[in-house]
Amino acid sequence: MSALTVDSLELSVAGIPLVTGVSFTVGAGERVGLIGESGSGKSLTATAVMGLLPDEVDAAGSVRLSDVDHDLVGATEKQLARVRGRRMAMVFQEPMSALNPSMRVGDQVAEIMLIHGTRPDKATARAAAVELLGQVRLPEPAETARAYPHQLSGGQRQRVMLAIALANDPAVLICDEPTTALDVTVQARMLELIRTATEERGTALLFITHDLAVVAQTCERVLVMYGGRLVETGSVKEVFTAPKHPYTRGLLDASDLEAVDEHGRLRTIPGAVPGAGEFPGGCVFRNRCTDATGDCAEAPVLSEVDDRGFACWNPVGGPA
Amino acid sequence: MNVIEVRDLHRVYRRPRTSLTVPGTRVEALRGVSFDLPRQARFGVVGESGSGKSTLIRLLAALDKPTSGTISFQGKDITGLPERRLKFLRRELQVVFQDPMGSLDPRMRVRDIICEPLVAQGHSDPAGRLKELLDAVGLPQQSADRFPHQFSGGQRQRISIARALAPNPSVLVADEPVSALDVSVRAQILNLLADLVERFSLTLVFVSHDLSVVRHVCDTVAVMRSGEIVEMGAAEEIYESPQHSYTRELIAAVPTLRTAMRRFA
Ligand SMILES: Nc1ncnc2c1ncn2[C@@H]1O[C@H](COP(=O)(O)OP(=O)(O)OP(=O)(O)O)[C@@H](O)[C@H]1O
Ligand SMILES: Nc1ncnc2c1ncn2[C@@H]1O[C@H](COP(=O)(O)OP(=O)(O)O)[C@@H](O)[C@H]1O
Ligand code: SF4
Ligand SMILES: [Mg+2]
Ligand SMILES: [Mg+2]
Repeated sequence: MSALTVDSLELSVAGIPLVTGVSFTVGAGERVGLIGESGSGKSLTATAVMGLLPDEVDAAGSVRLSDVDHDLVGATEKQLARVRGRRMAMVFQEPMSALNPSMRVGDQVAEIMLIHGTRPDKATARAAAVELLGQVRLPEPAETARAYPHQLSGGQRQRVMLAIALANDPAVLICDEPTTALDVTVQARMLELIRTATEERGTALLFITHDLAVVAQTCERVLVMYGGRLVETGSVKEVFTAPKHPYTRGLLDASDLEAVDEHGRLRTIPGAVPGAGEFPGGCVFRNRCTDATGDCAEAPVLSEVDDRGFACWNPVGGPA
Repeated sequence: MNVIEVRDLHRVYRRPRTSLTVPGTRVEALRGVSFDLPRQARFGVVGESGSGKSTLIRLLAALDKPTSGTISFQGKDITGLPERRLKFLRRELQVVFQDPMGSLDPRMRVRDIICEPLVAQGHSDPAGRLKELLDAVGLPQQSADRFPHQFSGGQRQRISIARALAPNPSVLVADEPVSALDVSVRAQILNLLADLVERFSLTLVFVSHDLSVVRHVCDTVAVMRSGEIVEMGAAEEIYESPQHSYTRELIAAVPTLRTAMRRFA
């Protein structure tokens, strides 16, 4: 069984669908990217997996972890609290909002171990915290453990978040745009760190970003999301070199700053992402797609064979 | 003639102690920066965080004063000029920032955001100019009646560009204008900037940490490290064959789709 299995996930607010029929798995030690423009539903999917959805969002479908014997959708807060930070953990885009500003960072790393009882006592947890801070390559870990979040740089705070996330050796790690706010050189080091840390521990990684180059560098498999649906899935190699969905093609073209069209312009996807509830019926990409035909008034389904799939009536390069 | 001439610019900040590991000291944000910008130059500034890019921008826009050195704008030394004598600069040079939300007043309608500088200037036909500007940046006319939070990140960046263009400046300065945007929106805004610079014969100063972005809109690039320009020259040349090891590091640190895909080859 995969470390994480999401099946037919449906999220809505007051009857407005936000995420529709999302199914995917992440195996132990596997690194899977979730990409799509802002407003596609990536963060909602991640928050649903973590059981952190705001009250107004209704969820249906199933989220299972291999080492937890109940479904996370519909689980009680008490059940979720036992799983979160222990079996699965998340690194957020803005570390400042996720860290406690008035607690030393070493204590925050130690706390998550004590809460879940993975270390017998405070002293052991503190020592383990310093060791973890060293593993995420923070300079002078013993010193840094005594610092408060505001005394660290953005990149250092992200490392603290990663240390907290890895503290209990979770089976699943979710990173939501962990490097978007970081400087380039700091980002490069952080990505390397996430890759090696998950590799060493056999952690299943779901990596969310809108930066395709980062996915190409970090992940093996990729899920493309638009309008709250998965529109294409497959290995990074296949999806990025031979995309079938026009949306994926558009993202790839727009990412390539080394290629321009005949007018010397960067290629773009026409129009913009509609707001929640404003996507067209039928294929959600229909109002921005240059390949749309009459068929597209009916929603195409994602049909997957061996983890490779796309939801489009007129795939790039023809069917199959 | 050069629009801007910068000579041996220094800016030293005094910083209070904020970190346990780094003692509070003087920070030399700029250490002897010099360059000339001919009319209609498209000048890129790249460098990692803290290299002094924004400090340089603030000095060019006379939002801050250098510790030493001079900046002349259209032949006139602007360093040390009092605010009342900077009116021409406030019109001729406009700045677009990274975070459009932070630089747009949330309580103002787009109409007023864009027209504010026109009204201050006593423009004869602000309504007509507003129409022209919305058109130029690709926003629908109805946008005028809405508030900034009702727009996406890319649209907000279009609003701040329209506002910057309103007084008909000759120099447009952009500090990381696409860093906070999605890849697809980034491409749209870069195309827009390239169009506008051409159409309005603007001199452009474009700051980014990403040389592959800068290369697309600029003809000349300065690479900054720790307050100094370590390499300067034609954008294409620096991107294709960087001479300084720091420039090579900077290029290597930004993953491009092409380089990242090599591991699957
Ligand atoms: N008001 C200030 N007081 C003290 N130090 C400052 C101040 N403004 C900037 N600095 C310091 O000056 C140096 C250059 O800062 P600057 O903002 O110009 O960098 P930058 O190249 O724009 O970086 P980024 O890519 O992160 O925007 C940094 O070390 C910064 O911490
Ligand atoms: N609590 C909520 N209530 C209503 N709409 C929401 C809520 N959370 C997110 N949305 C909407 O759902 C869509 C997807 O959001 P999100 O998952 O944050 O996208 P992404 O992470 O891909 O940028 C957006 O249109 C967003 O405005
Ligand atoms: S189904 Fe139709 S509209 Fe949707 S992506 Fe395919 S061609 Fe375009
Ligand atoms: Mg998000
Ligand atoms: Mg800056």
